[in-house]
Amino acid sequence: MKDILNHITAELGEAVISSNLDNDEMTIEIRRRDIVNVLTLLRDEPSLKFTTLIDICGVDYPSRERRFDVVYHLLSMPHNHRVRVKLSTETETPVQSVISVYPSADWYEREAFDMYGIAFENHPDLRRLLTDYGFEGHPLRKDFPLSGFVEVRYDDARKAVVYEPVNLPQEYRSFDFMSPWEGAKYILPGDEKVEEKS
Amino acid sequence: MIESMNETHPEDDRKFTINFGPQHPAAHGVLRLVLELEGEVVQRVDPHIGLLHRGTEKLIEHKTYLQALPYFDRLDYVAPMNQEHAFCMTIEKLLNITVPRRAQFIRVLYSEIGRILSHMLNITTQALDVGALTPPVWGFEEREKLMVFYERASGSRMHAAYFRPGGVHQDLPPDLISDLMSWCDQFPQKLKDIETLLTENRIFKQRNVDIGVISKQEAIQLGFSGVMVRGSGIAWDLRRNQPYEVYDELDFKIPLGKNGDCYDRYLCRVDEMYESVKIMRQCLEMMPDGPVLTLDKKIAPPRRVEMKQSMEALIHHFKLYTEGFHVPAGEVYCAVEAPKGEFGVYLISDGSNKPYRCKIRAPGFPHLAAMDYMNKGHMLADVSAILGSLDIVFGEIDR
Repeated sequence: MKDILNHITAELGEAVISSNLDNDEMTIEIRRRDIVNVLTLLRDEPSLKFTTLIDICGVDYPSRERRFDVVYHLLSMPHNHRVRVKLSTETETPVQSVISVYPSADWYEREAFDMYGIAFENHPDLRRLLTDYGFEGHPLRKDFPLSGFVEVRYDDARKAVVYEPVNLPQEYRSFDFMSPWEGAKYILPGDEKVEEKS
Repeated sequence: MIESMNETHPEDDRKFTINFGPQHPAAHGVLRLVLELEGEVVQRVDPHIGLLHRGTEKLIEHKTYLQALPYFDRLDYVAPMNQEHAFCMTIEKLLNITVPRRAQFIRVLYSEIGRILSHMLNITTQALDVGALTPPVWGFEEREKLMVFYERASGSRMHAAYFRPGGVHQDLPPDLISDLMSWCDQFPQKLKDIETLLTENRIFKQRNVDIGVISKQEAIQLGFSGVMVRGSGIAWDLRRNQPYEVYDELDFKIPLGKNGDCYDRYLCRVDEMYESVKIMRQCLEMMPDGPVLTLDKKIAPPRRVEMKQSMEALIHHFKLYTEGFHVPAGEVYCAVEAPKGEFGVYLISDGSNKPYRCKIRAPGFPHLAAMDYMNKGHMLADVSAILGSLDIVFGEIDR
């Protein structure tokens, strides 16, 4: 597997930022603008033949400057290999759509756009996919609350479905189960004095 | 007369837009298809999905690993344990633990039960979509028996939460093995009975042969997996090509289609069920004795009996069910051959007790995305036949 990864990085040249073999899985991180070229090469190179696009998904790291990762999973049926291609991006700059390389990318990119607000350039039909008609926001971002912003119900008086702000009878409780001995961030009552002394 | 009609209407007077679903018996759940028709010929299909979207991936990010597990039953609710399997495999890979051998056999056994559950539902409802009412009634009888086996192992007919990181939750009761064996003996005959209704049925063949043809090339381009590629004649099965658990020790065949039409996919599913029974029988015969859950008490809970005696066991139990276990930071992708195709879980861990990101790769998703491509030029009546052969379950597509 190491040979294949070396082969891929050699073929791709400077488009590759880094690569690793963690957990016995090939991962390459590439520059954002090279995505179409990289995937075309991975698909067409006879010794690689990553002809199947398994998945495209976004990942959100709000603390980073380029907060999103877009992760492509590819499968080569002829050679029985998998590879993961990653690139980082942010909200403003669109990523090149890879529909021209893999037609099945259509819905995956729509989903990533819907869930994270990652824009894809040259996508013929970049609409929301999974969320409600007229939905606002991008639900899988880390700053989107778990409960969402609106709830929907049928109003019998108005004979219509109405949207209202979320009103939880009991507040959502996020318990911190981390052990105070192993990496909990909070200070136990009484411990603040110890901090002051040292 | 005809001329005057053409004068009043412009040339596109035969164009219709039809809403198929979301409340339609052949929509297999809550699918809304916007069909653009020219007369009775489909020009464009626009599937509107997400009506069953529950935000599973978001919810999983807010739950510990063990709490996240039952969500996987609710994805493809026709074959629940196959999904749990993929999630457990990602966690096991990150934690670098091995599953006891008996648990591996139990997992394979129940994965194959899931496969039969799913295929049985699919072929019989595919028949229902094209007008046959009897097969579902016969098929559901066998499904019900299998669900009882689910219940006897896990306590639940459908939402089992039986596969756990490190093995399976409980050992099988002793008499369940012999009952499963006797079920395996009678099932092939039942399947043959259902086949007599469908395989050579003239109407069923008229509705399915040469409908929704997908070539090898197209199947790969559209990102298909599972029966959808095997129906087109590509020998690709993760159980064989990238074996997990004990599949490499078992003897089974991979049925392949020839023409890639709806009928070949039906035949593949039927043959796969015969193979699944073979696998189940081998599992029952080869299953060794031993533990069914890893003995690492930081990951798997202690047995009840131990907790009555041992303080340490009690602490382990408490910590596991409050804080849960921590998974080392890293990212993995694991896939299993679910009944519908490749079901994969891409898990990113930040080292805490909750997944940082858990992307679920549902096999039905690319299949449904290809609806537009597959239906173009077909008649309106073929839409439901093609949809039936795609094996769509909305739990996993909408997530």
